[in-house]
Amino acid sequence: MNTVLSLRGITKRFGALVANDAVSLDLQAGEVLALLGENGAGKSTLMSILFGHYVADEGRIEVFGRPLPPGNPKAALAAGVGMVHQHFTLADNLSVLDNVLMGTEPLWQPFSRRSAARAKLLDVAQRFGLPVQPDAKVGSLSVGERQRVEILKALYRDARILILDEPTAVLTPQESEALFDTLTQMVAQGLSIIFISHKLPEVLRVSHRIAVLRGGRLVAEARADHTTQAQLALWMVGHAIERTVRQPPRQIGDAVCVLDHVRTAGSGHDRLQDVSLALRAGEIVAVAGVSGNGQVALAELLSGTRRAIAGTVRLMGRELPPSPARLVQRGVARIPEDRHAVGVVGDLPVWENAVSERLRSRAFSRWLWVRRGAAKAHARSVEKAYDVRGAGLDAPARALSGGNMQKLILGRALMAPASASANKRTPRLIVAHQPTWGLDIGAVAYVQQQLIAARDAGAAVLLISDDLDEVLTLGDRVAVMHGGELGEARPAAAWTREAIGLAMAGS
Amino acid sequence: MRLERRHRTSRAALVLAPVGAVAFTLLVSALLVLWAGAPVGRTYALLLQGGFGSVFAWSETLTRAIPLILTGLAATVAFKARLFNIGAEGQLYAGALAAVAVGGMHGGTGFDLPPWLLFPLMMAAAALAGALLLLGPALMKSRLGVDEVVTTLLINFIVLLGVSAMLDGPMKDPSAMGWPQSVSLQSELELSKLIAQTRVHTGLLWAAGLAVGVWLLFKYTVIGFDIRAVGANARAAAFAGVPVTRTVVCVALLSGALAGLAGAIEVAGRTSYVTLDMSPGYGYSGIVIAMLAGLHPLGVLAAGVFVAGVLVGADTMSRAIGVPTYIADVIVAASLIAVLVATLLTQYRVRLK
Repeated sequence: MNTVLSLRGITKRFGALVANDAVSLDLQAGEVLALLGENGAGKSTLMSILFGHYVADEGRIEVFGRPLPPGNPKAALAAGVGMVHQHFTLADNLSVLDNVLMGTEPLWQPFSRRSAARAKLLDVAQRFGLPVQPDAKVGSLSVGERQRVEILKALYRDARILILDEPTAVLTPQESEALFDTLTQMVAQGLSIIFISHKLPEVLRVSHRIAVLRGGRLVAEARADHTTQAQLALWMVGHAIERTVRQPPRQIGDAVCVLDHVRTAGSGHDRLQDVSLALRAGEIVAVAGVSGNGQVALAELLSGTRRAIAGTVRLMGRELPPSPARLVQRGVARIPEDRHAVGVVGDLPVWENAVSERLRSRAFSRWLWVRRGAAKAHARSVEKAYDVRGAGLDAPARALSGGNMQKLILGRALMAPASASANKRTPRLIVAHQPTWGLDIGAVAYVQQQLIAARDAGAAVLLISDDLDEVLTLGDRVAVMHGGELGEARPAAAWTREAIGLAMAGS
Repeated sequence: MRLERRHRTSRAALVLAPVGAVAFTLLVSALLVLWAGAPVGRTYALLLQGGFGSVFAWSETLTRAIPLILTGLAATVAFKARLFNIGAEGQLYAGALAAVAVGGMHGGTGFDLPPWLLFPLMMAAAALAGALLLLGPALMKSRLGVDEVVTTLLINFIVLLGVSAMLDGPMKDPSAMGWPQSVSLQSELELSKLIAQTRVHTGLLWAAGLAVGVWLLFKYTVIGFDIRAVGANARAAAFAGVPVTRTVVCVALLSGALAGLAGAIEVAGRTSYVTLDMSPGYGYSGIVIAMLAGLHPLGVLAAGVFVAGVLVGADTMSRAIGVPTYIADVIVAASLIAVLVATLLTQYRVRLK
C-alpha cells in the first residue's frame, strides 16, 4: 500500500485542555478511513490542523511524501486535500458553475474562462458519477444535490484526498445510500477519503479502516470487517453504555394537545401547511423528516414563539396561549433545538438559567423582587436531580458542556418548584426538538430515558428529530414531515426505515 | 495573527488587565506630552494635583462628575439591554429645557406653586422629556428593525436646534442682553450646596443614589434579569418567557429618564438656566464612562469621577505648563481603548503564526 497522508504525533493544547494528544494516523491510497469519536473527542481539531485552520503545538504532517507547511489552508488545497464541511459553504443565489469556480480564478484575469471550466466540471462530474446541471441556481437544489456540489468543488480543485465532515447528518436514508455509492466510485478512481462520523452503522458500512478518537487520543484502529458496533462503542465511550430500547407505552390517556388544520407564517418550507395532529397523554409521537421541512415551525408553535395564522391549536381543551411564559404555566415543557442560542442565555449564571422560565411565578419572585434564596435552592435541586456537572451554579451557562447544558434545560423544563401544587408537579406536554443532537452516547441515553419516564408519568410527548434511530426507538406513533406538511401519525410498528425514507423525500 | 478563546481566565490576568491598561494610557499620553515639549513627570503631577490634589480640586471634579455619572448610568442601562442609545446628549438638553419650563421664572415669577410640589414636578418633567425622546427610537427598533444608533444620534441635532429655537424664542430670558439663554429657575428650586464655598451640590447624592438604585435593579429584580437576558441573548430570553419588546421599552424609558435628569440636575445645581453650551458633550462622554465601568452601575461612579478628574486636572495643568487641554480627551480615549483591549485579552489569547 501506498501512504498518501501521514499525521505524526499531532498535539494541540488550548490552555489546560489537550484537544489532540500525540495523534499519529496514516491514510492509504484508495481507502476510506473513518474517523470516529464523540463530540469533543478532537476530530474537528485534528482536521482543522490538517486543513491549516489551526497550528499544531507539536507534530508534523506529510502529504504525498512532502511536508505540509502548518497554518496555511491554501497549501493544503494545493497539496490536494479537499474538505466538505458539514455546513455547506455555497452561495444560494449563484449557479452551480459559479460556486465551483469561485476562488479558483485570479482576481486580475479580465474574463472568466467559463467554457473551459464548464467542460472540466462536466468531465469531473461524469468521471465520479456526480451528475449536476452547471447552470442551476444552488438555492433551488435539494440538500443532497448541494452536497454533491460541495464535493465537486473539492474535486474540481484536483483534490486527491477528500475529508467529509459528518456528511450524512442532513441527508435522507436514500440520499445517504447514493452518497455511499459515490464514495465507492471515488475510491475506485484512486481517491483517498477521510469520513468523519459518530454513527456506528454507517461507519462500518462505508469504511475500510476505522480510527477511534477519545479525549484527544487515538485509542484504537481497526479494519472495518474485523470489528463490531459494540466494540466501536466501547472504544468511543470508554465504558459500556446501555442503549435505550423500545418500551411500549403503559397507558394512553386523553388528547392533551390538538392541532386542527394549522398554518403558520414563515418562509419557504419553514412553515406549517394545514397540519393536524393529536397528542395524547402517556404517548410519544415522533416526527421524522429532513431538517428544514417545517419542524422548526412546529416546535416554535408549541413553544409559544410562533403563531398560527389559520386553524386552531387547543391545549387541554383551551386555546393555546401565544406566549412562552403562559405555556410554561399551563404545563408545557419545552426543549429547543439550539441549546446554545435559544436554550440558555450563555452569559448569565447557571442558577438564573435554571429558573428563567418560571422567574415570574410566585415561587421565585414577589412584586418584581427576585427571591434569590428560593431560586438558588431550586437551581441546586435541578443541578442535583439532573446531574448537571460543571463549574457550579454561579458560573456562566456557556461554560457547561453540551450534555450538561441539555440536562440543565431538561431539568428546568421538567422539574416544578417545590411549592407547586400537586397537579402541576409534572408537565402535561413535552415538546422536544432534536433533544439529543450533538450529545455523547451517555447523555443521549440519559435524555431519552427522561423522556420515556415523563411519558410513563402521564405526559404527552412530541419528539421532533432528524435521527431515524431515535424516532424509531422512542416514537409510539411516528409521523413524517415534508414541505411543511405532516403525514398521518401511525404506530411505529407500521413503519419500515424505507417507508420513512420515502416519506421524508416527499414521495 | 489570530485570537483563540481562553478556556478559563486566570486571576492574575484579571488583576493585570486594568494595571496594564493604565500603564498603556500613561505611556501613549506621555509621547504626546513630549511632543508638546513639556516634561512628562511634571505634567502628570500637575494634572493629578489639579484634579484630586486639594479640597477645591476635589470639589470641582465632583461637580463635573455629577452629569457624567448620570449620563453614564443612562448608557449603562441601555447598553446592558443592547439598546445603543447614542442620544443621551439630546435627552439631557430636553430634560434641562423641561425643568426650566416647569420651574423657570416665566413672566418674572413662574408657576405659583409651593417648592415641595414644584420640585418633584420639575424633576418628573425632565425625566419624562428624556424618556419620551428615546421611546420613539426604541419602538422603531423593536417594531420595524430601524437601527437605533442612527435615529438616536440624529435626534440629538434636532433637539439641539429645537433648544436653540426655544432659547431665542418663547423661553428667552428678556434680561440676558440678547444672549440666547433661557429664563432662570426659581431660586427655591435650586439644589443646595454640599460643601460651603464650592460648587458641589446635592446632585451628587442624586447621582450616587441612582447608581445604587440601578445596581439593585440589575441584581435583585425581575426586570433587571429581563434587561440582562435580553442584552445577552434576546432569542433565548424570548424563549424563556421574557417579554422582549416590553423590556426594551422599559429600558428606553429608564435610560432616557436618567439622561433627562442629568440635564435637570445640571440646571438646578449649577447653571440655573439653559444655554446651548451647558453640556460639553456629557451625553457622549457617558458612553465612554459606561464602557470604562464595564457596564457596572457602581463602576460608573468611579469611572465618572476619574474622567471628571482628568478633565478638571487638564484645565489646571494647561494653565500652568501650556500643554493643550485636549490631552484630557486623549487620556480618556486611550484609557477606553486600553480597557477594552485588556478585557478582550483576559478572554482571548493572541497567537502569532
